[in-house]
Amino acid sequence: MSGQAVDTAVGVGLEVPPSAGPGAPSLQKRAWLGILRNALRLGRTKIGVAIVLLLIAIALFGPLIAPHSPTAFIGVPNTGPSSDALFGTDALGRDVWSRFLNGGRSVLWMSVAATLLGVGLGVIIGLVAAYARNWLDDVLMRASDVVLAFPQIILALLAVSAIGSKLWLIVVVVAIGHVPRVARVIRAAAQEVVERDFVKAAEAVGEKRSRIVFGELLPNVTSPLLVELGLRMTYSIGLIAAVSFLGLGLQPPSSDWGLMINENRLSITVQAWAVVVPVIAIGLLTIGTNLITDGIARAAIGIDGRSNR
Amino acid sequence: MTRLIVRRLLLGLLTLWLISLVVFAAMLALPGDAATAILGREATPERVAALRDQLNLEDSVVSQYLQWIGGVITGSFGESAATQQPVSELLSERVGNSLFLVFVASIVAIPLSIVIGVWLAMKRDKPVDHVGSTVSLILAALPEFVIGLGLVLLFATSVFQWFPAVSLLAPGERAWEAPEYVVLPAATLVLAVTPYISRIMRGSMVEVLESEYVTMARLKGLPERTVIWRHAVPNAIVPAIQVAALQLAWMAGGVVLVEYVFSYPGIGQLLVEAVANRDMLVVQAVVMLAAAVYVLMNLVADLATILVTPKLRTAAR
Repeated sequence: MSGQAVDTAVGVGLEVPPSAGPGAPSLQKRAWLGILRNALRLGRTKIGVAIVLLLIAIALFGPLIAPHSPTAFIGVPNTGPSSDALFGTDALGRDVWSRFLNGGRSVLWMSVAATLLGVGLGVIIGLVAAYARNWLDDVLMRASDVVLAFPQIILALLAVSAIGSKLWLIVVVVAIGHVPRVARVIRAAAQEVVERDFVKAAEAVGEKRSRIVFGELLPNVTSPLLVELGLRMTYSIGLIAAVSFLGLGLQPPSSDWGLMINENRLSITVQAWAVVVPVIAIGLLTIGTNLITDGIARAAIGIDGRSNR
Repeated sequence: MTRLIVRRLLLGLLTLWLISLVVFAAMLALPGDAATAILGREATPERVAALRDQLNLEDSVVSQYLQWIGGVITGSFGESAATQQPVSELLSERVGNSLFLVFVASIVAIPLSIVIGVWLAMKRDKPVDHVGSTVSLILAALPEFVIGLGLVLLFATSVFQWFPAVSLLAPGERAWEAPEYVVLPAATLVLAVTPYISRIMRGSMVEVLESEYVTMARLKGLPERTVIWRHAVPNAIVPAIQVAALQLAWMAGGVVLVEYVFSYPGIGQLLVEAVANRDMLVVQAVVMLAAAVYVLMNLVADLATILVTPKLRTAAR
């Protein structure tokens, strides 16, 4: 997974058509609610939501119930589980369980920020390109080719090497990697909508272009938009955790799941828990978001969950 | 068709040129004086002056770019600030190891995912198909370093101790001389790309199995084995090959994390070290290389599509 060279349809294995049905565009305004409601009827979406909610709860409330300070040295380094330290101590003698409970916030807020920024910009560029149908479309697509030519993790490393490991920079560079990928999907979906009669009618009446793009096109690409949000969230978590895992994201003595793995990976043979706990957390989080994404994609094309097509 | 291919090649070159501008711009984005930023504050004035000279910092930006890109084209990337070795030497020690890793991973992953895809398509909507779809959903979600660490925990440390946890090659030793060090890194890449290829293969196979010529072949009384492998698979394989090429392109980035997990001495690990040391000339060289591979593999995927498109159309019902 992660930073994949492959687009949405492959990511979740489903082709997602634009959400416009036969109905009038005004009926599409709440389409996303309907898709989410249908998605929630699927077992896999429910499991995904449960996993993600659990991890969000740990990230939010974990610091309140942590028995020790995440930066306090409570004993000998690399000891196994004991009554005082549920999962033992890490390579510096800090409590693994307390660091885990404190370590979810950073990856969560950074991933959410990168996803919203990347998908937001991608949607705007995709819609504008689809509506423009001229040189602007060409320029936007060529520019997106350049960004697409960098594997996302390498783009992130290039930026960090030049500017330094700043958290805002990692969020921005992950978002920039998402933009062309989202823009292509949204552009393809919107191109079909642009040809519809209600767009022509709106143009004939002399609606402002911005109103046509955001009032007529946007509500009709709801399904691919929702799927992209889920997919990019999954990839954002993987990328942001990866940058910290490489030691280039959050810096010591922060408690962060990715950084915890980096700090303890060399003592994995002596004290595996210090690696196992954050690895499981990151793995579960991405599995949860991907299950939700798959549920949304299935709901968007009207699969009832039994057929596997 | 030739015109289309030439057009794609030119677009690939254009993309590479634009990439080189972005990679070069990373040097300009360094805070303050580039030579001081790379060497750190403790560096002696002589070393700073030497690096300033090597980077041609006294010249105009355009001239700096032209001298740098000239070096890239002729394969001379300058000297590493951290080790004072020529960058090309550092690269040549490690490129082979990375290519070998990717090669091993792809010759396992591609046939494996095609077989899995065909099998799941034949068992469509049976329990095994649902299990397959769930497993691939989970594997596709997991970041590759999580998969790699999972394999280390399972097969190198806590549960079984079958393979080494780190790929510490002796200096000068090449990866193919120590195959036990390649098993787990390659397995990680295989697990990371297989879900994508097998899913596409399954989908395309499901479509082909419903086509009239497959029904026809069955009605003729051909054995099922012949129907599947002679008639259905060759028509269903094209989208899988495209996705396989895209996955090979993805590995240009994926190896960075996998090599770091296993301390495998390839260009990915070199890149991470160089980023941490702000060894910009090494960073630029590895990034250019990875982007070039990425563009090349995308080109291969494009060409494959162009070459086989008529066949694709006849495969549709």
